[in-house]
Amino acid sequence: MKKRKGFHLILFAVGLALCCAVMNFGLIQTSKILIIQYVGIYIIFVLGINLVNGYLGIFSLAHAGIMAVGGYTASLASMHIFTSPWMFPLSLLTGGMASVLVGLCVAVPSFNVRGDYLAIITLGFSLIVKSILQNLEVVGGPRGLRPIPKYTNLIWVYLCVVLAIVMVNRFVKSKYGRNMMAIREDQIASELVSVDVRNAKSVAFSVSAFFIGISGALICHLLSYTNPNSYGYSAIIDGLVMVYLGGVGSITGSIIGALIWQILVQSLRTIGTWRWIIGGCILVVIMIFQPNGIFGNRELSIAGIKRAFAAIRNRLAKGAAGKKDGQ
Amino acid sequence: MESVGNRKPGTPALHVEDLRVSYRKIAALKSITFEVHKSEIVSLLGANGAGKTTMLNAISGAIPVESGEIRHDGASIKGVPPHRIVQKGIVHVPEGRRIFADLSVAENLRVAAYLYESKRKTLFKERLEFVLSLFPRLKERYAQAGGTLSGGEQQMLAIGRALITGGDILLLDEPSMGLAPMLVQEIFDTIVKISQTGKTILLVEQNATMAMEISNYCYVLETGLISFEGEPEVLRQDNDIASAYLG
Repeated sequence: MKKRKGFHLILFAVGLALCCAVMNFGLIQTSKILIIQYVGIYIIFVLGINLVNGYLGIFSLAHAGIMAVGGYTASLASMHIFTSPWMFPLSLLTGGMASVLVGLCVAVPSFNVRGDYLAIITLGFSLIVKSILQNLEVVGGPRGLRPIPKYTNLIWVYLCVVLAIVMVNRFVKSKYGRNMMAIREDQIASELVSVDVRNAKSVAFSVSAFFIGISGALICHLLSYTNPNSYGYSAIIDGLVMVYLGGVGSITGSIIGALIWQILVQSLRTIGTWRWIIGGCILVVIMIFQPNGIFGNRELSIAGIKRAFAAIRNRLAKGAAGKKDGQ
Repeated sequence: MESVGNRKPGTPALHVEDLRVSYRKIAALKSITFEVHKSEIVSLLGANGAGKTTMLNAISGAIPVESGEIRHDGASIKGVPPHRIVQKGIVHVPEGRRIFADLSVAENLRVAAYLYESKRKTLFKERLEFVLSLFPRLKERYAQAGGTLSGGEQQMLAIGRALITGGDILLLDEPSMGLAPMLVQEIFDTIVKISQTGKTILLVEQNATMAMEISNYCYVLETGLISFEGEPEVLRQDNDIASAYLG
């Protein structure tokens, strides 16, 4: 166990050094660095969504609204209160905390309402947030906020991604995580073995909202502007696509989903609308062959890779044996 | 009421008084009164739709009660939310087992222990060992997903999960449902074993013959009312009842 911890620390340090090197020596084109940052930020976003939609098994569409709250709050914080660059973590935290408060409000209807009805309620929530922002002149109305200080860089993204992965991993393996999955499997049965469903849902929604809020804050400080239109239907669908593409109830899945989708969408910018067609086709194919996503309810592990290889070898061996018998 | 028998004196562990439960306007339980004393096995018998499951759901707080009273060791537990009732020691093993299919056997059991597992590790270990000694088969399947277990094993897991919570009154809803005769016998033997450790058991069963064999006392439910109560021997001798409910 200790050895593994050391290994993880070294891995973390190497990653950090790599980020510094990339930033200072211009090893990679700026446009590619931007894509890497997008991927990182959306990993945090998808991890957050996956806690509620994957682990807790509630089909929520609130993530766009929660992201907006996190992004706007953090941006306002760094424009007016935390004005120097070293205070950036405070802005991030403020954004995250504001999202937690909103997430708790969204959790309340989930106590009793289920399924499609909750999806409609959470969709309503996202749209309400968007129209409030559109009509609130204090935050720029439809024009949005600008200029937001450009604090987000590769190192911040890297640190936040590592933190998010470590925290989510710990969270889902804790008793709270187990309770979440029990509620997903059977809410009534979990109540009957002493799980406090309201409490568990509130905790899940707030942790989820925290990460979604952080991702919103990071993206605002990356683009240095934000407006209500960034948090509409396309943000809702983007989030869902990444979660269900990568895999529900899986950290590896969240990473893979964000990685594939962001690289696809960002790098295919040149071909315009066609990218939505290509992206859509990939999504359809994956959903047909892997309905729970690429890593649905599974994690990437060395043991798992070995098992997969063994299975393939077995199948090949069997195939060869079958051919021989046929002849 | 007929033969009341010679039951233990004192405050019953579970006392239901004049209970009425309705689904919208239809009364499922009209006026139910019964009691369960400590370390007894009491069965609620009756045909489909008599209100047996409703009775257990009402006790465990899963559905609201219209009127009447439910007492645990003399204190009212009416309107208490389900997870709090479990903390008071009354655990409901629901009909159809309802185990967590995607979680492993180990995780299924640990969910039931989440309130005390980290604080009282030895207690968890003791209870876990007790459950695994009752059901050695769960030990073999420890890392397997709950959904891959056979029906009998799932029933064992459901009962094991209830025992892990530390409850001392078990409400068992149709533990023999859908099981092969040999397994039914095994489950009933285990219920007796659990009762011998001092736990109180309220058993709902369609398999009246088997239930009566292990019970200290029986109630027969008929369309939301208790039509008979007494010791199993008396019930068995009463021809009318025997032919009406016990097949």
